[in-house]
Amino acid sequence: MTKLVKKIPLYLLAILILVITGLPFFIMFLTSFKGQMEFMTSPWSWPENFSLDSYKLLIELEFFGYFWNSMIVSVISVVIVIFIAAMASYPLARLTFRLNRPIFIIFMVGMMIPIHTTLVPIFTLTNDLGLYDSLLGLVGPYIAFALPISVVIFTQFMRDIPKELEESAKIDGCSHIRLFWNIIFPLLTPAVATVSIYNFIQIWNEFIFALTLTSSSQTATLPIGLREFYGEFSVNIPGIMAALTLGSLPLLLVYFVAQEKIVAGLAAGSVKG
Amino acid sequence: MERTDDLKIVKVKNVPKRKNKDTWAIIGFIAPAFLIYGVYVIYSIFMTFYYSLFDWTGIDSNMVFIGLENYIALFRDGVFWTSIQNNFLLVIASLFTQLPIGLIMALLLFSPIKGMRLFRSVYFMPFLMSTVAIGILFIFIYEGNYGLLNSVLGVIGLESLQTAWIGKESTAIWAVIATVCWQFAPFYMILFRATIVGIPEELYEAADIDGATGWQRFKNITLPLLMPIIVTSAILSVIGSLKYFDLIYVMTGGGPNNSTELMATYMYKQTFTNFNMGYGSSISFAMFIIAFIVTLFILFGDKQRKGNDS
Repeated sequence: MTKLVKKIPLYLLAILILVITGLPFFIMFLTSFKGQMEFMTSPWSWPENFSLDSYKLLIELEFFGYFWNSMIVSVISVVIVIFIAAMASYPLARLTFRLNRPIFIIFMVGMMIPIHTTLVPIFTLTNDLGLYDSLLGLVGPYIAFALPISVVIFTQFMRDIPKELEESAKIDGCSHIRLFWNIIFPLLTPAVATVSIYNFIQIWNEFIFALTLTSSSQTATLPIGLREFYGEFSVNIPGIMAALTLGSLPLLLVYFVAQEKIVAGLAAGSVKG
Repeated sequence: MERTDDLKIVKVKNVPKRKNKDTWAIIGFIAPAFLIYGVYVIYSIFMTFYYSLFDWTGIDSNMVFIGLENYIALFRDGVFWTSIQNNFLLVIASLFTQLPIGLIMALLLFSPIKGMRLFRSVYFMPFLMSTVAIGILFIFIYEGNYGLLNSVLGVIGLESLQTAWIGKESTAIWAVIATVCWQFAPFYMILFRATIVGIPEELYEAADIDGATGWQRFKNITLPLLMPIIVTSAILSVIGSLKYFDLIYVMTGGGPNNSTELMATYMYKQTFTNFNMGYGSSISFAMFIIAFIVTLFILFGDKQRKGNDS
């Protein structure tokens, strides 16, 4: 009995934090099923008859185009980052050469560089390359800013792989390309998971480059689309809540399916970073 | 820029002739990443400094070289100083809210309470939402008339506290800081939790035999072992706060009356709204210098700490 009493403050604190973190999501979700009039009269009550009007409106407005854009940009960027970051990490982790440390530090320093410091040159560069307002124009900066953490994670991970593995392969006259591709890369699966999860979340939610380097709704990614929708329908609050719900849904769904994996991946990435 | 760097590798690597075979492999493996990183990050930093020496709108090709005049103007610009002040307020507030709350959340996840899976799942959700979505959502939470926060205050009898949270200069920055904390505390929770999981159970068992209380266990075992990750988290939090942008841009746009202006939002405003690309570039280069100095300070402080420990 005394044990239970002792636990009451713990429960109260746990529930308080649960309400603070969870309530905004809950309200967002519920409000998205309300009619506009209903929201005006009683903004925070339980919805009377779960209306799907807001979601219908989103489909009519081709809201899913934004998903598609975000998906393309995120997947392309993450796949390229995995390959070129793993490649760059191979000599940094496994070979000794004079510029090894400086190059590693140059990549690592990238984690503290404010994106805004590169914004104007990247804007003019993207214009000059004819990539302004195209999804391809976003891929370059996304890759560049994902590289520092990815190179650090891969390098740390590869340093822990026993040297004997490739010693024997080297004796067999294996080239570096085959060594990397056939022996090292297959062992990287946990690091690949970490790098993909971390970067996917970052790129999927990225805002400032998308805001600066694209302008039309054909190239808008999800965060840009959400903001556009908010600007246009700011009085239709259930509609906005439906857009926010849909916009958050993909990551939340993936999270609930692969929770442990995502949490472990994020932690590993940041701790090493 | 990056091409000359590649050449340097070649030159240096050519000195010991014996290793020549590896040299090309090293260049080949590093080149793709280094090229993209070099163009978009390294080259851009130099170009930002270059642009900051000009009077330039960014829309026409008429660039007038004015030396350091943009920086002189920056020193006299009251809004810039307000934004630096707000950035450092955000840095300090983040350190003293996100990290302790993240730690409390992580410790709760190890306490003997039921329904752990629910707590854990919900606690982490804010970090997965895009900042833009969080910004829009919290505009409605802080709304002055029917907003969720004011409604809750009304229900628990605190009507006197009701206000237009992000519409007033005195409350706007705090409302934003609370939102940033809501977003990032779960992230630090995850980092702390991952570290606590790795603490060997034997340490606690030994402490139990010695009759240690819960607080002693925390102070003497958990906290010291968490120290490295707390330092890492502090670095992440400080750097993140110095370059913060998205939420402010969406929620307040730096207003009301520049009271929530940050260096990044002010830079964006000058560059892409007022079309002062030269002046905007001087703000972004100043951001770079400030972030650089602060990082050096933290790394130096961490080295001192490690030196004292051993």
